[in-house]
Amino acid sequence: MQSDVEQLYQQIILDHARRRVGFGLASSGSGASGSVGESHQLNPVCGDEITLRVVLQDGAVSGVGWEGAGCAISMASASVLAELVAEEDRDRVIELVDKFRELMRSRGAETAEDPALGDASAFSGVSRYPARVKCAMLAWVALEEAVLAANR
Amino acid sequence: MTVPAAPGHPLTDAEVRRIRNDFPILGSNVGGQPLVYLDSGATSQNPISVMEAEQEYYEQRNAAVHRGAHTLAVDATEAFEAARSTIAALIGASTDELVWTSNATEALNLVAYSLSNASAGRGGEAARRFALGPGDTIVVTEMEHHANLVPWQELAARTGADLRFIPLDDDGALRLEEAASVIDSSTKVVAFTHVSNVLGIINPVAHIVALARAVGALTVLDACQSVPHLPVDVSQLGIDFMAFSGHKMLGPTGIGALYGRAELLADMPPVLTGGSMITTVTMENAGYLPPPARFEAGTQRISQAIGLAAAVNYLTETGMERIEAWEAELGVRLVQGLESLDGVTVLGPGAGTPRIGLAAFDVDGVHAHDVGQFLDSRGIAVRVGHHCAQPLHRRLGLTASTRASTYLYNTTDEVDAFLDAVSGVRTFFGAT
Ligand SMILES: Cc1ncc(COP(=O)(O)O)c(C=O)c1O
Repeated sequence: MQSDVEQLYQQIILDHARRRVGFGLASSGSGASGSVGESHQLNPVCGDEITLRVVLQDGAVSGVGWEGAGCAISMASASVLAELVAEEDRDRVIELVDKFRELMRSRGAETAEDPALGDASAFSGVSRYPARVKCAMLAWVALEEAVLAANR
Repeated sequence: MTVPAAPGHPLTDAEVRRIRNDFPILGSNVGGQPLVYLDSGATSQNPISVMEAEQEYYEQRNAAVHRGAHTLAVDATEAFEAARSTIAALIGASTDELVWTSNATEALNLVAYSLSNASAGRGGEAARRFALGPGDTIVVTEMEHHANLVPWQELAARTGADLRFIPLDDDGALRLEEAASVIDSSTKVVAFTHVSNVLGIINPVAHIVALARAVGALTVLDACQSVPHLPVDVSQLGIDFMAFSGHKMLGPTGIGALYGRAELLADMPPVLTGGSMITTVTMENAGYLPPPARFEAGTQRISQAIGLAAAVNYLTETGMERIEAWEAELGVRLVQGLESLDGVTVLGPGAGTPRIGLAAFDVDGVHAHDVGQFLDSRGIAVRVGHHCAQPLHRRLGLTASTRASTYLYNTTDEVDAFLDAVSGVRTFFGAT
């Protein structure tokens, strides 16, 4: 059986925290054409920080990149997100943000895994730690803002 | 620097075990594991005697103080003022030099705002010596808690004075050789911490006070992390003002105190105004009571003051020298234990510098939040983040750290359990 802390820090999360998919704002390929949106998010409680840039082309994500520093949960969350939303449709991205937010609000309730969330489902354990939900949400809030900004 | 032998002999294991029985919360479990509470630097736990003192007050004496002639009001006033004497005696102040506040933050703001009011011309001729303006300087240090930094930034902004700071060396110690030039004839206030809430080290108060006195500057000491853990005597330290919080010294939340030298408080204008701090009030004007009442407008925190007095009695009965000696041992055990772990760096000058039982540290490759979460899963409560000292962390090239802090009720076994848990952190997170 997994201990509480192992359930929180799933192997997928620890791997992503190290791999950091999409790290570096240049990963968004913002030099190319398309509309660029960017958002900076800070968690003043712990100092976690993320800047995320997204490029939309024909209503779909053509690139996403991020920079930041923080705990394993916040870094892994940004990494998972970057992998998940690549080439997704703008509306689909907003839908995924909503799904992830819902998962974070579930407070550990046993919910059926949503296949749409892919690796992001590994964060379900975080919802049982209210103090850590903000860490997991940081990149997603940045994504939401960046997409809205790119759309303007 | 060598560690001066503490005059007290440390508590014994048997005594600490007995002390623990007085703190119900220390017997609790967290996630099925016995609680190891190493966050007293943030807030300490309460002995039964403190909770009973508050309860007894509400059951037998609850009334507004200084405001009524009935028996309960007289009883409440007596208990409230007796509490003031108890706290004043702890720090070697006279009773009238102790002003109740909500916490240290309010006490520090009280000084800053009173000086601000004096700078705006309030308090008449007598308060002129407290006025600041362009050309004057306020000096703090780079290791301050935000509570002893931001109020001075604000005071500088309101008065046009400049804010300067005594920098730290790469180890996190104050650069005393620079203090002598930072503090100069323009300096009106020197505000600094007695014990750093991040580094755990005890600053050379006498040295800084001497520099301030030589230029006629007021000294303000943040004693949040010293008064709970070591004997502190204001006249021995020679400081003008001193702030501390009750909840860090076994007392309730919502109560703290400002010490102010009598002849200074006497000439300072009030900050909060209203009931209980006035003499004669007309529709146009009001006269003010002498200190400490002048600085205590409105209905006071009565049960909390009484609870804090019970806490102080608990501390003095145990013996502040003995608490200091015990925590110095725990502190060295913490620092040496942490430093022996691979990839763990203790913030500050390390063992060998006089310290309390407090150590903040960085784990290479693992964020403080994750360290804290891992320790929590073992029932160990520590603080993570910047500990309200962002400039200090920035100076050391960090945004956050993990901090363990002890009190009289912590055992060497707890420190060892903590060290054992920290030794597993990097493996768990794959930081190799
Ligand atoms: C050194 C220091 N100064 C000031 C404070 C502020 O104390 P409080 O929040 O009780 O006002 C603290 C506690 O957090 C502290 O450790």
